[in-house]
Parts: sequence; structure tokens; C-alpha cells
Amino acid sequence: MKNTIINYLEMAGMSWLVPVVRLSAGENPREQISEMFTGIGLPIIALVAFLLLWAGAASEVKTSLGVLPGPIAVWEQGENLWQEYKAERIKEQAFYERQDVRNKKKLEKNPDAEIKVRDYTGRVTFIDQIWTSLITVFTGFVIASLIAIPVGVVCGLSRNMYGAISPLIQIFKPVSPLAWLPIVTMVVSAVYVSDNPMFEKSFINSAITVTLCSLWPTLINTAMAVSSIDKDLINVGRVIRLSWVTQIFKIAIPASLPMIFTGLRISLGIGWMVLIAAEMLAQNPGLGKFVWDEFQNGSSDSLARIMFAVLTIGMIGFLLDWIMIALQRVLSHDKNSCH
Amino acid sequence: MSTIAMFKRTESEMTETMPQNEVKNHIAFLELSDVSIEFPTRKGPFKALDNVNLKIAKGEFISIIGHSGCGKSTVLNIVAGLYKATTGGVILGGKEVDEPGPDRAVVFQNHSLLPWLSCYQNVELAVKAIFKKRMTKAEMKAWIEHNLHLVHMDHAMHKYPAEISGGMKQRVGIVRALAMQPTVLLMDEPFGALDALTRAHLQDSVMEIQSDLKNTVIMITHDVDEAVLLSDKIVMMTNGPAATVGEVLHVELERPRDRLQLANDTQYNAYRAEVLKFLYERQRRPAEG
Repeated sequence: MKNTIINYLEMAGMSWLVPVVRLSAGENPREQISEMFTGIGLPIIALVAFLLLWAGAASEVKTSLGVLPGPIAVWEQGENLWQEYKAERIKEQAFYERQDVRNKKKLEKNPDAEIKVRDYTGRVTFIDQIWTSLITVFTGFVIASLIAIPVGVVCGLSRNMYGAISPLIQIFKPVSPLAWLPIVTMVVSAVYVSDNPMFEKSFINSAITVTLCSLWPTLINTAMAVSSIDKDLINVGRVIRLSWVTQIFKIAIPASLPMIFTGLRISLGIGWMVLIAAEMLAQNPGLGKFVWDEFQNGSSDSLARIMFAVLTIGMIGFLLDWIMIALQRVLSHDKNSCH
Repeated sequence: MSTIAMFKRTESEMTETMPQNEVKNHIAFLELSDVSIEFPTRKGPFKALDNVNLKIAKGEFISIIGHSGCGKSTVLNIVAGLYKATTGGVILGGKEVDEPGPDRAVVFQNHSLLPWLSCYQNVELAVKAIFKKRMTKAEMKAWIEHNLHLVHMDHAMHKYPAEISGGMKQRVGIVRALAMQPTVLLMDEPFGALDALTRAHLQDSVMEIQSDLKNTVIMITHDVDEAVLLSDKIVMMTNGPAATVGEVLHVELERPRDRLQLANDTQYNAYRAEVLKFLYERQRRPAEG
């Protein structure tokens, strides 16, 4: 029982909870407490020190929007943002209820009456922006991975192919996402023309920008991993005469999975950073737009709200990485390669 | 010395003194003729093997011994079809070897099990690839389990390579090769990475299996005792570059062989001395000479 819990915790990347489990099982308390101190105590001390430093330093900085907010002010704004979201949801519900009632009345009077069902178009809240950003980054990242992994495998298997593509990778890899943005915007507006679009143009712009930037780490890591697979493992496949498709799926990809995952993690991290910047620049919906809007808004609460958004962006980035690590631990054979 | 000379014959003498029926056929079961191989390097081509000639009868256990870097593994890889000889070639059962195949299963030095598959799945990968048209699912399962039983791995067959010891991994490596029902079993220093006790244990297992299955085996080794204990013939290779077959020693010890009894056996020790002399007198390592 204890060991299964510990196993799951380690799989989930929460090994700092392991000493708590061991302690509650009555296992060598002294050692567990010292483990807890390094795993939980020290991070908490560092966090408190940071908050104190922040609170102390912030009150010294006078901006045109007032004093730089400290942790408490930021936390209050966080609560406000949540309240605004809840208020918005209540309004939305009320709107739909009113609409329902109205439509029912109409139908009672005349069963053939034309009824209108309108979507609620209220204010976009912070929470909505988080969702928009998450969906966008995920879409861009998935597209990038679906391109980068197959191309990477091909590059890893064929030196000619890698030689051919390598200069392109070298040139496009260092390009800043924001340089892509105008091109992407123009191309999307020219190509993506539809009367009844399934996705917003802004969503596609952001997603493609994320794709363009998160292609490279996955591609390069996959190619490197596939080209450096232990030769004996390849020879095993040759001796039993696996077809090249089986060779790829049964040997090449599983063998390179740890490195592919490292690439995916870097890609997702870059994708998340790029997305926020792209949203700020292009005014595409998402957390970046929220930050920019608050900056333009310039109320006395704006700075605290921006800071709360910054922390949220950081937390989400951390969470995304954590999910990738957990995925890697489940899917990849090399359990030691994920840190 | 005179007793030893009886057992020691060069390759050309060997054909003369072969049993009558084998001389008549004159085509050995497995034959390497004039095999040379060159590898391109920055300083121009490097000739690793020069004119290697070898004839192996069906069911024979051959060891190839020599100093490291003399191209022992290269010979094995050419027979496996993993390398292509620059000149000359390999004939197996009347057909030229030109690509790798399960009829020449290889046991790799570092076991080369796929770490993301369990022992069972590792063997299964090979069995599925080779017998998918000839066996039903149930037959395959029985065949895999039978083979794992052969090397006493039934208790750990669903463990992953990272969870078992080096000796157990190599057992699975051997079983994966045996399960292919190869006509020739190629082993590249199969026990090289193991401690002495585990090695002895595995050598016994291999001898036991060999007496049952009567495979033709080529084993690369650098261990003199191992070579004498296991082999019917020991092929001693000269030092590289351009290494070739120096001498062939026929080991005519009764089977089954027991390592304890043989430890004090004069004949065994004579064979042993003969290989040692070849390695340390006639073919001293270039660095030492």
C-alpha cells in the first residue's frame, strides 16, 4: 500500500510528498523529517523570503499608477478577477434563462413562431483568457509535434535527408516568434477565407506562430535521438528482418522516446512563452491580451492585475512542464531521464 | 609438444585429414572463402581482414579467439550479413550470404535487449517476426515459454531488462537467438561482460542446450578456458591489421564436459597451453611487442 502510493507520487513528479507518506507509515521519523525539511521546508522558507522581499521593495517604488503592489494587493486582485468571472457566469445564466422564458412564451402563443437563440456576448474575463491561451498553445504544440516527430525520424534515419534539411533548420530556428507574426497574419488573412469560419482568425494566427517556434526543439531532438540509437538494437531488427515500418515503430521510436520527450518539453515551454508575446503584440485573445489591455487601461488596480497575470502565466508554464514529465514517466522506458 | 601436435592442424591439413564423407562433399555446411574486408578511414582504406578461410561442419561448435582488435567480431558480422566482405564471401548450406537473417541469429555482446520490452516481449518480437505465418498465437506463446524455460527464465519472464541481473539478461539474449531456430548461432563474446561465476554457469547452460539442439555455433571469445571447454574447433586469429586465421585447433574432448574434472586433465591442459602459446608467443600484442 505504502509502496504503491510512493510509486504513484514519484510517477507524478511529487517526490517531495514521499517522506510524508513514509512518516505516516512510521518509518524512521528522524530521516523522514530531515527529508521533509529539504523537500518541503526549504522551498517554503525561500518562498516566504521572496514574498517579504517583494513586499518591502514594492512599497519603495512609486509609479504613475501609484505604489508598486505588494503580494497582498496582488492576491486581492486575484480574488477580484475570480469574482468578476463568477459574476459574469451568473449574468450569462440569467441571460439564457431570460431567453428561454421569452422563447417559450412565444411558442405558447404561436407554435410556428420563429425563435431566436443568441449566444451570450458578455465581457471576456481573466479565466476565459486563460482557457483561450491554453487551447491555443495546445493546438499549436500538437500541430508542431505532428510535423516535427515524423520529419525528425526521417532525418535521423537518412543522413541525406538531414543534410538537406539542416540548413533550413539552422536558419529558421533562431527567428523570433514576433518576426513571424506579421507574415503569419497576412498569409492567414489571404488564405483562410470562409463565410462561416470554424476558428477565429486570431486563434489561427496565434496557433501557427506557436507551431513555427515549437517545431525546432522536437525536430532536432528526434533526429539526434534516432540517429544515435545503439547500433546493436538496429542490428537486432535487421537480423529478424523487420520491415522498415515495424523497425521504426518497434525500435526507432521507443528507443528515442526519452530524447523526443525532452524536445517536446522544450517545445511546449517555448510555445507558451511565444504565445503570450504574440497575444500582446497582435491583440489576439488570451493572457497576453489581458496583460496588454490592463496596461493600456491604467487604473490603480492594473499593476496588481498584471502581476497576478504574470504569476498565473508562470504557474501554468510550470504545470504544463509537470504534465509533460508525468507523461514521459508513463510512456517512456527510461524512467531516470526525466528531471 | 608431440601430443599437442596431433591435435593442432592448420586449415589446409584439416581438409586432408577430414573424415572420408566430408572430403567427398568438399562443400562444408558453412564456408568462408578468401574473405577480406576494408573499412574506409580518413587515412585511406583500412584492411581489417585478409583472406580468411574457414570451413565449418553442421553441428560444430567453433570458437574464434584472438587479441582484441584483431577482427574477430568482424568475421562474425560478415557471417551474420551485417557487414559485407570487400572480396570473397560466405556460403551457408549452398547459398551465398548477402543480408542478415534469422537463419544466422546473433547473440550480441551486451545482450541488446530492447529495454522497453519485458523478457517475454523481447523474445516475442523475434518469434512474431519470423514465425507469424507458420505458427498460431497459442503456438507462439508456447514456443516462447518453452525457450525461456530452457534457460530457466520462466520465473522472471515478465520482468524488464532493467530489473534483472546481467547474467539473466544474457540468458534472454541467447534465448531470443535460439527461438529463431537458426541454422547457425553466432555469439559475439556472449559472456564477456559477466562475472566469473555467472559466466561458468551460463557456459554450462550453453553446453547443455547445445547437446540437445545440436546447433552449429560460432562464438567469439577472448577467454582461453571458455574456448577449450566449449569448442570442437578453436580458430586462432593473427593480429590485425589484415588479420587472418593463424591456426585451427581441434578439441577432441569427450562430451559432456565437466569443468571440474577437466581442470586436472592433461589433454585439456595441453589444449589450453597450445592456445596460450599462440596468443602470447606467436601473436604478442603489437603494443607489448
